[in-house]
Amino acid sequence: MNITELNQIAETVRQKKSEFKKCVYVCTGAGCISSGSLETLDAMKKAVKESGHEKDADIRPAGCMGPCVQGPLVKIIPEDKMYQKVVPENVKTILDKSLLADEVISSLLLFSEKGEGGFSKAADNPYYRKQNKIVLENCGSINPESIEDYISIGGYSALYKVLTSMSSEDVISEIKESGIRGRGGAGYPTAMKWKFVHDHASAEKYVICNGDEGDPGAFMDRSVLEGDPHRVIEGLAIAGYAMGAKQGYLYVRAEYPLAIKRFDTAIKQARKLGLLGEKIFETDFSFNVDIRVGAGAFVCGEETALMASIEGKRGVPSPRPPYPAESGLWGKPTAINNVETLANIAPIIQRGGKWFSAIGSRKSTGTKVFALTGTVNHTGLIEVPMGMTMREIIFDIGGGIPGGKKFKAAQTGGPSGGCIPEQYLDTPVDYDSLTGLGSIMGSGGLIVMDETSCMVDVARFFMEFCMDESCGKCVPCRVGTKHMYDFLTRICEGEAAMSDLEQLKQLAPFVRDTSLCGLGVTAPNPLLSTLRYFHDEYIAHITQKRCPAGVCKMTSGVGHVH
Amino acid sequence: MSTKYSVTIDGKTVEAGPKQTILDVCKTAGVDIMTLCYLEGVSNVGACRLCLVEVEGTQKLLPACTTTVAPNQKIQTNTDKLKQYRKMTLELFFSERNHICSVCVANNNCQLQNLAREAGVDHIRFPYIFPEAHTDASHKEFMMDHNRCILCTRCVRVCDEVEGAHTWDVMGRGYQSRIISDFDQPWGDSSTCTSCGKCVEVCPVGALWPKDAMLGHLKKSPEMVTELVHKRKHRS
Ligand SMILES: Cc1cc2nc3c(=O)[nH]c(=O)nc-3n(C[C@H](O)[C@H](O)[C@H](O)COP(=O)(O)O)c2cc1C
Ligand code: SF4
Ligand code: SF4
Ligand code: FES
Repeated sequence: MNITELNQIAETVRQKKSEFKKCVYVCTGAGCISSGSLETLDAMKKAVKESGHEKDADIRPAGCMGPCVQGPLVKIIPEDKMYQKVVPENVKTILDKSLLADEVISSLLLFSEKGEGGFSKAADNPYYRKQNKIVLENCGSINPESIEDYISIGGYSALYKVLTSMSSEDVISEIKESGIRGRGGAGYPTAMKWKFVHDHASAEKYVICNGDEGDPGAFMDRSVLEGDPHRVIEGLAIAGYAMGAKQGYLYVRAEYPLAIKRFDTAIKQARKLGLLGEKIFETDFSFNVDIRVGAGAFVCGEETALMASIEGKRGVPSPRPPYPAESGLWGKPTAINNVETLANIAPIIQRGGKWFSAIGSRKSTGTKVFALTGTVNHTGLIEVPMGMTMREIIFDIGGGIPGGKKFKAAQTGGPSGGCIPEQYLDTPVDYDSLTGLGSIMGSGGLIVMDETSCMVDVARFFMEFCMDESCGKCVPCRVGTKHMYDFLTRICEGEAAMSDLEQLKQLAPFVRDTSLCGLGVTAPNPLLSTLRYFHDEYIAHITQKRCPAGVCKMTSGVGHVH
Repeated sequence: MSTKYSVTIDGKTVEAGPKQTILDVCKTAGVDIMTLCYLEGVSNVGACRLCLVEVEGTQKLLPACTTTVAPNQKIQTNTDKLKQYRKMTLELFFSERNHICSVCVANNNCQLQNLAREAGVDHIRFPYIFPEAHTDASHKEFMMDHNRCILCTRCVRVCDEVEGAHTWDVMGRGYQSRIISDFDQPWGDSSTCTSCGKCVEVCPVGALWPKDAMLGHLKKSPEMVTELVHKRKHRS
């Protein structure tokens, strides 16, 4: 493969696409597939064919478009119409009105049932207008199973640029200029991590893409792997070049069969075209990617446990130092990056670190993908510039709280994170502000809760998760999470005394300070943050045996309120 | 090439070499560090968290048994916070399963008991969890009582790294983790166990013991494994 051939592939696809008057993208993300989008896709193809309009409308599968609950989603280009809940029965109407003519079918427009259907152009809908898609820019607008589609929108040209005109140091300094920090949760500067591995002299090095995604309710990484797998492969290859690694791995959980299938297809396509393998773009750089499938343990997302799992051992963490950059997979220097981090690399190389650093806020550059869930009108996958306020995310993009209920708190960072109460809704969402509030950015889980949520119950839910997912290696986490869960349960059942709360307050900082890995270190976070903002609720459960939100069933029955 | 450098431990300047762990350096300097999962001669896992120390310049408490020293490091081993945390850690061990010393074969010869005494643990502030755990008497010479196991994995490491049998392993997650022999079979049915007894010698508590041991009269010697490893190393 050389640049002429790459350009030729791109040109051919663009040429072919331009022959159609319209293009219809049917979402084939796992969410829409589960609501029947494959049937919609087939019906659409059949309808076009049978009516003899095969040459007019191009019907294509695409990756996740965001508002999964409204699926199956269908997007019509060039008008940028977004139709929701499109079942095979709707296909004939769409063909007649929106493909052969230019009419808008208002009843099918996105969010129409919520009385917000007035946007015939999807980009005008506040749901999309306030978003800024970099990571997800191709999700929903290319066929994830076609490498040609990816190449046609500039795919693999960043890799070409790197291999033919940049030194490994140049790549790292471009990444440094972008200011990008790891999207896997901790927000560690990516350039710094790459530089450590780069500077370690070793003939063998590895780069790993962390697609374990264990936070309950999170599906950011899955959607990227399903919707734009080549972007991640390109990111891995650029990372490999920058650090001197010849082998990359995608570690992904077995619960993501579609992501695994699409990524596997993508690897094969890239190998076939010589974009992976020996002497890529006729340079001396050789690079390969393989998939390693995990059994879906939350702790296997922790980097040392992840590597143990790849090595075929029991997935338990080991103390750091030594850090993976020094002694990682099979004892070799290794860089581990999150899926979303790697999906940002190609655009940074193409458009420049400066461009990227201008997006977002000063110390948290770029965008962040969130899985917006809970009691909010528009749930789904969104991508926003860092520094946007929580209020804008929940009320403008998310469309506010349904049923006229009152907002109570937003939870970020899942079992490792915390809650943000109403008085901080105007805080910008970036790494440092969220940490300051006692939560974390996390990997992108964002759960909205209204007044009907009990915060003690929420703390108990996440503690149960950590207790169940603790690997059991170190005693503070193994036994500490069990005790904290038991105390929280007693509080929720109205069986606790104030002394139990005191014990919880002793245990939480202890488990945080003494646990071996991040799971135990962060497990007390949901508890500590709800104690910080909703202390009264704990007291009501204990002294009045009353759950202010009416969620907890008090076994003692005293002062039971609903 | 001599690359000795100095570090400070509890205010005392001592000499250290690269690749030495904080624990190694403390031992040479005569500074006592509480350890439990550590066993000289097998790999270190940093699991019991009793050897945690404070190192100037980092918020994190670091396990002395797995952390290598760096030049000019300032290490604290006995701050109030560490003392308090060690006590809590020991209490968590006691609260986890079933540690009734008076009826235990390892009474007065138990490392957990000794450490508790040393740390001044006089009561357990947390409720006892008492999970359901069984006793395995299927082996002809030895007993295993899961009620007393503290999951230090010394037996697992000794069996794998010194005996080469890998009879023991860990199964399950979190507080439901437990030690298993082979594929979770009775120990007596194990096809890999050589009945060498090394695991029994290194088990710091009364979870593993020889059937002929009498209550309170058990004598264990983990040093035996350390010496063996040492001798093997210097044989060649
Ligand atoms: C318990 C635990 C679970 C984790 N799960 C994930 C995960 O699912 N995906 C991920 O990218 N990082 C996860 N991490 C963070 C990784 O250890 C690591 O920091 C990250 O993959 C680095 O990538 P980044 O620098 O691009 O963020 C987890 C950490 C802990 C402690
Ligand atoms: S903190 Fe929890 S998950 Fe991490 S090593 Fe310890 S027991 Fe395992
Ligand atoms: S049986 Fe003994 S040596 Fe083995 S893990 Fe349990 S306490 Fe440790
Ligand atoms: S002796 Fe270091 S953690 Fe157990």
